[in-house]
Amino acid sequence: MWDYTDKVKEYFYNPKNAGVLEDANGIGDVGAISCGDALRLMLKVDPETEIITAAKFQTFGCGSAIASSSALTELIIGKTISEAMQLTNQDIADFLGGLPPEKMHCSVMGYEALRAAIANYKGDTWVDDHEEGELLCKCFGIDEGMVERAIRVNKLTTIEQVTHFTKAVGSCGTCIEGVEGVLGRVNRDMVAAGELDAAIAFDPASSAIPRRRERHKASPLGAKQQMTTLQKIKLIEGAIEEIRPYLKSDGGDCELVDVDGDRVLVRLSGACIGCQAASVTINGIQERLVAKIGRPLRVIPVPAGH
Amino acid sequence: MRPVYLDNNATTRVDPKVVEAMLPFFTEQFGNASSMHAFGSEVGTALKRARQQLQALLGTEFDHEIVYTGSGTEADNTAILSALETQTGRDEIVTSTVEHPAILALCQWLQKSRGIKVSYVPVDSRGRLDIEAYRKALGPKTAIASIMWANNETGTIFPVETLADLAHEAGALFHTDAVQAVGKVPMDLKTSEIDMLSLSGHKLHAPKGVGALYVRRGVRLRPLLRGGHQERGRRASTENAPGIIGLGAAADLAIQHMQDEQTRVAALRDRLEKGLLQRIGNAFVTGDADNRLPNTANIAFEFIEGEGILLLLNKEGIACSSGSACTSGSLEPSHVLRAMKVPYTAAHGAIRFSFSRENDDADVDRVLDVMPKIVEKLRALSPFWKSGAKTDFEPTYA
Repeated sequence: MWDYTDKVKEYFYNPKNAGVLEDANGIGDVGAISCGDALRLMLKVDPETEIITAAKFQTFGCGSAIASSSALTELIIGKTISEAMQLTNQDIADFLGGLPPEKMHCSVMGYEALRAAIANYKGDTWVDDHEEGELLCKCFGIDEGMVERAIRVNKLTTIEQVTHFTKAVGSCGTCIEGVEGVLGRVNRDMVAAGELDAAIAFDPASSAIPRRRERHKASPLGAKQQMTTLQKIKLIEGAIEEIRPYLKSDGGDCELVDVDGDRVLVRLSGACIGCQAASVTINGIQERLVAKIGRPLRVIPVPAGH
Repeated sequence: MRPVYLDNNATTRVDPKVVEAMLPFFTEQFGNASSMHAFGSEVGTALKRARQQLQALLGTEFDHEIVYTGSGTEADNTAILSALETQTGRDEIVTSTVEHPAILALCQWLQKSRGIKVSYVPVDSRGRLDIEAYRKALGPKTAIASIMWANNETGTIFPVETLADLAHEAGALFHTDAVQAVGKVPMDLKTSEIDMLSLSGHKLHAPKGVGALYVRRGVRLRPLLRGGHQERGRRASTENAPGIIGLGAAADLAIQHMQDEQTRVAALRDRLEKGLLQRIGNAFVTGDADNRLPNTANIAFEFIEGEGILLLLNKEGIACSSGSACTSGSLEPSHVLRAMKVPYTAAHGAIRFSFSRENDDADVDRVLDVMPKIVEKLRALSPFWKSGAKTDFEPTYA
């Protein structure tokens, strides 16, 4: 049984905006019955304002496909078409309180249908296939453009994720090399544009043995070694020195008063006194110290003059 | 509302009498049957009796023909891998396109990792094996032919005796995955040419985690698990005494209820099937209606998707399963229905209702009451549905 959220279930059991929209002026069809899911999105757009005044859907597919389609209509009604175009599949998933990873392709289908329906409204002929580059996955009729959009919008970095979001590679698997190529290229572009951390980007040449993600930032003294109080104080002092320039630039300052076990007493001064954001500053200092020392600490402000 | 469980081909409820038979072997008679003391020997005696009970269900002559396993899948794997080792000079497998993954995934792995040649014999639109293709696939290199006794999705029964004879003519062993058949159809293996047969306890009201491989006397078996001398060295592992004893009790009950399964359960299934087809258009039975397990109905509802049907049935407290892609997470609809060339318009909306002796007329009434509304609701949502659309498949049942 899938772990659907209550909202997915609600939108499946009682879908909103289901059925045929008689006077639609923008219709988007994506998917096919052979693929196991298909969605027809029908829009009524006011030509004056370009506001989507009505939207309805018909969907052949699983519970999450029906819920995603209904969620999409709820998200776009009342928006202008340019506002609607800002939506991504992630907005559909978020609206539903999330989807199981294997079902993310349902949200992508909604996103693709929206693009198709708006293109249809604008009078562009939407060819769901293969104008946007090569047809990658022949089993489900997925082209390069759709795979690339799903990778960018959702920051996908593995083939498994691409399958969950687009279904590509999910059947016969012969398109895996093509999809690897697209994933590698798009991830490289994203890293170059600063949108993706190079460490997690897809690398087809990477080792087949998965590496365990680092769970904790290692302590500078090594995980097993006990820290002496003096070492701890030195680290804390160093960290506070790093923070002070930022405080000073706002006319404030901070000094270490005492270290008592895991309690770090600091004194804020200058503009920090009476500042309503002082508690934010304390939290910021605490985060910084925890990162530096690698263990939990509590930063406690002592009043000025004590 | 009383829940309606119609997914007995997935698993069955453990019969309370089976539980009762098992319970002493957890906390009282907990010994290891191999031990040289009273704790061990009393378990040994109970295991012997359980073996006789299972023998009676299968109609086997010799107690050493049964090798207990942890599951039907393990029995299937043991049979195929053993045949590849014992049949010198033979390294090919013949099987069907509609086997359970316990066979299919193993065969695909053997092809890939060991370069073993596997022939997949096709079926027709009713799910019946193409006997001519089977005969042609068998040859001097065939180590083993493995064809299921009955299909888990459609219930279609295969002519295993004929298939065993044909395999022997080619000098190959014959194995059958009888996981869905054992306990539902009478068997008499002492008069059979079948060399090996797999079964699983949880499909016949015994617990999960116990299965068995029947190995006809004289057929060599290479163990899958090596270790202790249990099962005459053919399956090392301390005996799962509660499980084996539960399987024995379940076999005993299956014999008692065999007549009921063949008549009353089959009548329930038929009433459900006829009732649904009367009430709902664009629906048809898949599988061989003339030669099926008595408990299984697989009905394809066109233009809708199975997961939605299951979710709405579940909301009404009705449990069954579907061959749809969405429920399996595989993205592809059932390989069985695809092998039968059931069109996609219907394969995605195929629902399996599988009965057991625990079902009754009230269960059938509930489904007949609820199902037409569910299909109607989903068809109203479907972009492909048009009332009066022509069914693009020759139904096997009108």
